[in-house]
Amino acid sequence: MESTAPRTIAEVEEGLRAAGYLPNRATALVSHLAVTLGKPVLVEGPAGVGKTELAKALSTMLQRQLIRLQCYEGLDEAKALYEWNYRKQLLRIQASEGEQQTAWESLQEDIFGEEFLLTRPLMRAIASEQPVVLLIDEIDKTDQEFEAMLLEVLSDFQISIPELGVVKARTQPVVVLTSNNSRELTEALKRRCLYLWLDYPELEQELAIVRLHAPDLSETVARRLVELVGMVRDLDLKKPPSIAESIDWARALLLLGAKDIDATLFTETMSVIVKHRTDMDIVAERVGVKLAEQPEAATVDAGGT
Amino acid sequence: MPAAPERLPASLPAQLLSFGEQLRDEGVPVGTSELLDCFAALSQVSWTSQADFKEALAATLAKSPEDRRTFERVFDRFMFRAVEAQAIDPEMSERIGEGAAASMQDLSAGELEALREQIAAALAQGSQGALRDLALLAIAAFSREAEGSGVIGVDVQRIRRALGLRAEQQPEDPTRPGVSREALRRFEALLREELERAQARRAQRLPPARPLNELDRALPSGPLADLAAVHRVVTQLRRRLATQGMQARGQRRHAHVDVRRTMRASLQTGGVPVELKFRPRRPRRPEIYVLCDISTSVTSASVFFLSVLHALHDAFRKMRSFVFIERVSEVTDIFEHERDFRTISEKIGKDAGVADISGYTDYGRVFSEMLELVQDDLHPRATLIVLGDARTNGRDPRADLFGQLAARAGRTFWLNPEPRLYWNYGDSVIAAYERHCTAFECWTTAQLEDFVKALTKPVTQAL
Repeated sequence: MESTAPRTIAEVEEGLRAAGYLPNRATALVSHLAVTLGKPVLVEGPAGVGKTELAKALSTMLQRQLIRLQCYEGLDEAKALYEWNYRKQLLRIQASEGEQQTAWESLQEDIFGEEFLLTRPLMRAIASEQPVVLLIDEIDKTDQEFEAMLLEVLSDFQISIPELGVVKARTQPVVVLTSNNSRELTEALKRRCLYLWLDYPELEQELAIVRLHAPDLSETVARRLVELVGMVRDLDLKKPPSIAESIDWARALLLLGAKDIDATLFTETMSVIVKHRTDMDIVAERVGVKLAEQPEAATVDAGGT
Repeated sequence: MPAAPERLPASLPAQLLSFGEQLRDEGVPVGTSELLDCFAALSQVSWTSQADFKEALAATLAKSPEDRRTFERVFDRFMFRAVEAQAIDPEMSERIGEGAAASMQDLSAGELEALREQIAAALAQGSQGALRDLALLAIAAFSREAEGSGVIGVDVQRIRRALGLRAEQQPEDPTRPGVSREALRRFEALLREELERAQARRAQRLPPARPLNELDRALPSGPLADLAAVHRVVTQLRRRLATQGMQARGQRRHAHVDVRRTMRASLQTGGVPVELKFRPRRPRRPEIYVLCDISTSVTSASVFFLSVLHALHDAFRKMRSFVFIERVSEVTDIFEHERDFRTISEKIGKDAGVADISGYTDYGRVFSEMLELVQDDLHPRATLIVLGDARTNGRDPRADLFGQLAARAGRTFWLNPEPRLYWNYGDSVIAAYERHCTAFECWTTAQLEDFVKALTKPVTQAL
């Protein structure tokens, strides 16, 4: 596996690009550091800027399996680390009921063996024979206790199980944590991670992303689309459109065979990128109107110069 | 081919440590482990490329968007001063200055056009390094034509105009490639920086290192333009209120076993209660009374306060809101029926009818009206929050009435949008009220967080 690991930032950039992810320089740099230093990366940013995609692209690039732990409120160790398979243990005890009393000793050792352990994502990532990419998604959705539990995993790559002892990582996983920044994470967790802030990409970069995912869309329409999305993002919306939604919109326009985005087409297809009723009103009011009067403005300008 | 990262220069560790020190002074939590990480990271990147160097530092030292912003400023300041300290060395500056000047002495119109095109291209590509070089060229070129005005802002605009750079309204105009506002702003910032640098060089000394302005990082204070920023803070707040409830629940999880649910769960395991079920603890949902000042003296803060009210209404079911200037008016209904913040603030402005004649806050009258309104409803489990600057405009503060209100409520908080420094100056009488309540200064998000912690902390003596 070592041979496939990229060694320079440029190679990482190239690798991510090949995996269908266009990184900016900072992203490539931090990914490179994460792989070479073996430190977890904490990726923060608004929803839909490609935080999760980054982890997927990394796994493709490194040719490693992606293990994903989706966090939610109330997630606990039993669902994230490991759990004893109670039912199987009970069955085992019941099955041995007829046997001699002396068998208890061996039975006790038996039922706390690996056979009765249900491994959950974190445990799987640690115990895996092949190196993996571990994605801990939306860490900010969990409570602080869970974060504290992660610390052991993230800094030493090991898990302590009282009955079994310490399970150490056989291979070093690349760990990506994502957060929507809806809650301040604890200092202890941040201390163990590299930090990457992903924001909405710049116009040119988003254009490149859209062109990558909808290659058949003409250059001019794609540029217009990206500009419009940028305009919409500048408004004060409940949920600004994400990159994924730009791509969806591009595909929708492709399907409709659009040659240019005018006011009517915009209002018709707006629902792809704006998903709140109040937001739609605002967007229609600000951007839609601007679109409608734009051709006029263009002619005036041309006449003036 | 593996990159052979250049060996770090010997003076770098000391420089980095002092950089870390400066970050700490600005309130970024930089620990030893961060600095160690930072060195490890630097051994992996080529430190001669400024962008990479900076990103590597940022990834290991600045771990939140706010910290990142501070980091940017401190980094710029640090680098600026480091370079300047060297450049003041007179020999060095002469060489640089004359070199640039000589090459730019006579710019024909054609060359000017070439420079213009180069800058436009660099702006479009967005390469910071190339732009900086071009900014230097432009300054050298135009400072020959006419002497600098001495005011940096004026010079920046003069150079920009001379270059014919305009923020283009029609980026698809084929005749001239447009320059986006964002790129233009970046270029202007570079021009400004380089001009400052030149000025420092002429004066042969550095401007004093000034700490970053605290207010730069304060709450967005402008009106509706910054609403989005306020909303982000408030969304965070709402989320935190929810998880903090969870936390309180977690701490006391082991209090009561729910026998019925445990027995039921044990059916799956043949009657052996392997999994204990606990009785859930509901997070404390206090009854809250909020009094919010919306007079002109707190205009900037009141937009923020109203949106905090808005968020609180989502988090707490039992809540009554009042706004006041000279009189009190209850606005609970508006908050309950409207989801859209903009409409809410408009409605409050229109319907509340809290201004009487002068439009100045009258705390005495407000508290007496408030007492009449709610004295029968207030009880020891209620929490009273006042948002205001406690500036009475010379009127009687009637702290005794406020004391009565506070005595009836379980807990009383005062949020003051002014820095503690200004308290009790002029007509501010917060000291009189502070005797009856806990007062918080609240003009940055961090301070708001402190308050939220105090608010959601479970109260032990009550219950």
